[in-house]
Amino acid sequence: MSETPLLDELEKGRWPSFVTEMKRMAAVKPYSKNILLQLERSYVERVTHWKHGGIVGVRGYGGGVIGRYSDLPPEVMQTPEVHTLRVAQPAGWFYSTKALRKLCDVWEKHGSGFINLHGSTGDIILLGAQTASLQPCFEDLISIGFDLGGSGGDVRTLSCCGGPAFCQWSCIDTLDIYHELTMELQDEIHRPRFPYKFKIKIAGCPNDCVAALARADLAIIGTWRDSIKIDQEAVREYAKKGVNIAAVAARCPPQALEWDGKELRVIPEDCTRCMKCLSALPKAILPGDDRGVSILLGGKATILQGAFLGWVIVPFMKADKPYRELKELTRKILDWWDENAKTRERVGELVYRVGMRNFLKAIGQPPAPQMVYAPRANPYYFWSPEELEEVK
Amino acid sequence: MSGEKKYITDIGPPHYREMVHPVLMKNYGKWRYHEYVAPGIIKHVSMNGDEVYMVRAAIPKIVSVYFVRELCDIADKYSDGYVKFTSRHNVEFIVTDKNKLDGLLRELRERGWPVGGTGRSLKAIIHTQGWVHCHTAIIDAPGLAKALYDELYDYFVRDDLPGKLKIAIACCLNMCGAVHCSDLAFVGMHRKPPVVNDDIVSRLCEIPTLVASCPTAAIRPAPEKKSVIVNEERCMYCGNCYTVCPGMFIHNPKYDCLSMWVGGNAVAGGPPEFSRLAIPYLPNNPPRWPECVQAAKKVIDAWIKNAKKGERIGDWIKRIGWERFFTLTEIPFTDKHIDDFIFSLPTFRTTTQFKWR
Ligand code: HEM
Ligand code: SF4
Ligand code: SF4
Ligand code: SF4
Ligand code: SF4
Repeated sequence: MSETPLLDELEKGRWPSFVTEMKRMAAVKPYSKNILLQLERSYVERVTHWKHGGIVGVRGYGGGVIGRYSDLPPEVMQTPEVHTLRVAQPAGWFYSTKALRKLCDVWEKHGSGFINLHGSTGDIILLGAQTASLQPCFEDLISIGFDLGGSGGDVRTLSCCGGPAFCQWSCIDTLDIYHELTMELQDEIHRPRFPYKFKIKIAGCPNDCVAALARADLAIIGTWRDSIKIDQEAVREYAKKGVNIAAVAARCPPQALEWDGKELRVIPEDCTRCMKCLSALPKAILPGDDRGVSILLGGKATILQGAFLGWVIVPFMKADKPYRELKELTRKILDWWDENAKTRERVGELVYRVGMRNFLKAIGQPPAPQMVYAPRANPYYFWSPEELEEVK
Repeated sequence: MSGEKKYITDIGPPHYREMVHPVLMKNYGKWRYHEYVAPGIIKHVSMNGDEVYMVRAAIPKIVSVYFVRELCDIADKYSDGYVKFTSRHNVEFIVTDKNKLDGLLRELRERGWPVGGTGRSLKAIIHTQGWVHCHTAIIDAPGLAKALYDELYDYFVRDDLPGKLKIAIACCLNMCGAVHCSDLAFVGMHRKPPVVNDDIVSRLCEIPTLVASCPTAAIRPAPEKKSVIVNEERCMYCGNCYTVCPGMFIHNPKYDCLSMWVGGNAVAGGPPEFSRLAIPYLPNNPPRWPECVQAAKKVIDAWIKNAKKGERIGDWIKRIGWERFFTLTEIPFTDKHIDDFIFSLPTFRTTTQFKWR
């Protein structure tokens, strides 16, 4: 008789099964088997069996390890410590197999052998290690070139799209910005001292393949200020092959494209960089040359007051190496949030509470119509004393 | 110094220069265009004519080190010892030699790793940790994901849906995924207020933090007990208090359930949209959650049947209207569907112009 009849049901079907993967480890590691058996018990009772995390970690860091203890009695769960390590992924989730194999060796030695590639924030998740294994595991990780990511009230592990490594639309060097910002913020990532979490994501173009807009407190999204570049020869080539260019033009939301049967013209000041025509005619249309980033603030899921989508706080900023302006802005925002937020208040909620007016002043950014869909429709706005002095 | 090993910290992640396939590095920032070759295969062409094929395969969310080593074996054989993972947790093999494509596809097929997820297809389901890791998990997201995948498998390996289909699952309202902006999403929900354990609250929890954690101000201090009191009528079961304090026990398998959400997206081409409530209650029924799978199937079938080419679920609903959505899917509309939380007003219809069904 199987010890995991309910989980066995999840080995049926065509999709590869995580249960099969867990069983492979359970077959060789009693520790991993205990975790599997506890999971089966949750399936039977329809309830989780973890307690709130205790404080565990590695020397010198405050984050990167999530403490986990079983709530089952010791005779049922002999190894109640099942902590999780968050390991910062290389930019864009690119790996050499050499690096991945070393990671597997370290993890097989110190932990359950269960891995997520990757967690929702982006880290490699090493799922299940006992307290005594954490420090040696960390030191071995460091020795093979990996480091922990963030957890708790800190800057969380960043993430970015693959950008210039394979995508013609990337307007910025996403991988390098990821790496440079991550190195700049090592202390903020590893030692929680902030009111809550702070997520930063970097996408190379408005397609936003890392969903930064919806998920990051600070979304850095590549864009351009001049005009899309159209290769007329390639457009005609598409037309010859039967692609309906008039329909592509008709689908441009702000009606910025005109097709006269020979030439596809753009009205650059009307283009909102929605990427639709670039996606429809990838061989013919590319982003412009005056490239940089739009920065949006405040994206987050529902907890507490509701989900927020990031909104524009900097319509355009250049983002060339060494990214000084970008780094300075990030620090200004972090400091302001740190000083003003209540416990567990995300930066978007703070701005919502105190107003964009105060936020923009604090970070020294000028207000711009690009920041709103429409100006306010109520008459309740504030004047600062300095502004009234000016009038006098 | 002498002989003593230095304690090293803060080295950050491995540098991408060491991790990116050399051919991608050689053409870094010099890509010209891409082309969909077949479901799961995208060809990227650089300005100097180099071609690479990115082959996308799905992997389970929880894998073993053995699995990762197998993945490395495949990559050594077919993509020169380099791989990439995607923002939706697929693996991509980077094939520079076109002649190796068939062998790679055969090997992936033999191992049962689905190849697909490009273009107008089901994308990898973004889901959270569930009962294997999290103390606030109401459902097991990996299990539900597996059950959904088995049912929707064909939509991953084909690319002829009306539009992309992005599904997300969160096992509690903390929603550690993009659930709030997905075409279709499931979220684990409580339906009863927390039960206060005064002993634990007084010993382990900071009362002001706990009181402040409640979005509806349902928690009051009870100084005489060094604990708190919950005003049960105000509580909307978000579980936030339990996240900050173990004494606010909120799990209740008898009443806990799932909810289904539809129509969100987070892409370019228009402002992003939140997912909206479609079904307020679905039973928490492991190991395969058949009611949830069927509910998803029903909405997806209605969408496939009625949507125009290019429309994602949210686009389709926007065109036909929510009234028609509830008619077509035969999902009952309830008082739960009408927002009464903080930002509800903009969802109220302020015109006489609507459809009857
Ligand atoms: C050169 C072309 C493109 C490349 C190389 C690219 C790359 C990627 C990759 C690898 C993923 C993860 C996919 C997965 O694992 O299933 C992804 C996701 C995504 N892509 Fe793209 N993409 C491209 C075009 C587009 C287009 C045309 C759009 C929008 C119209 C878009 C928007 C997104 C979004 C929003 C996500 C998902 C984030 C999420 O929902 O979690 N991408 N992209
Ligand atoms: S966000 Fe833009 S640049 Fe980055 S991978 Fe997606 S399409 Fe390419
Ligand atoms: S990017 Fe979008 S807005 Fe700009 S021209 Fe193309 S379709 Fe129109
Ligand atoms: S969604 Fe909730 S239960 Fe699931 S991993 Fe996140 S916090 Fe844990
Ligand atoms: S579950 Fe949510 S609403 Fe209910 S008392 Fe706790 S924090 Fe308040």
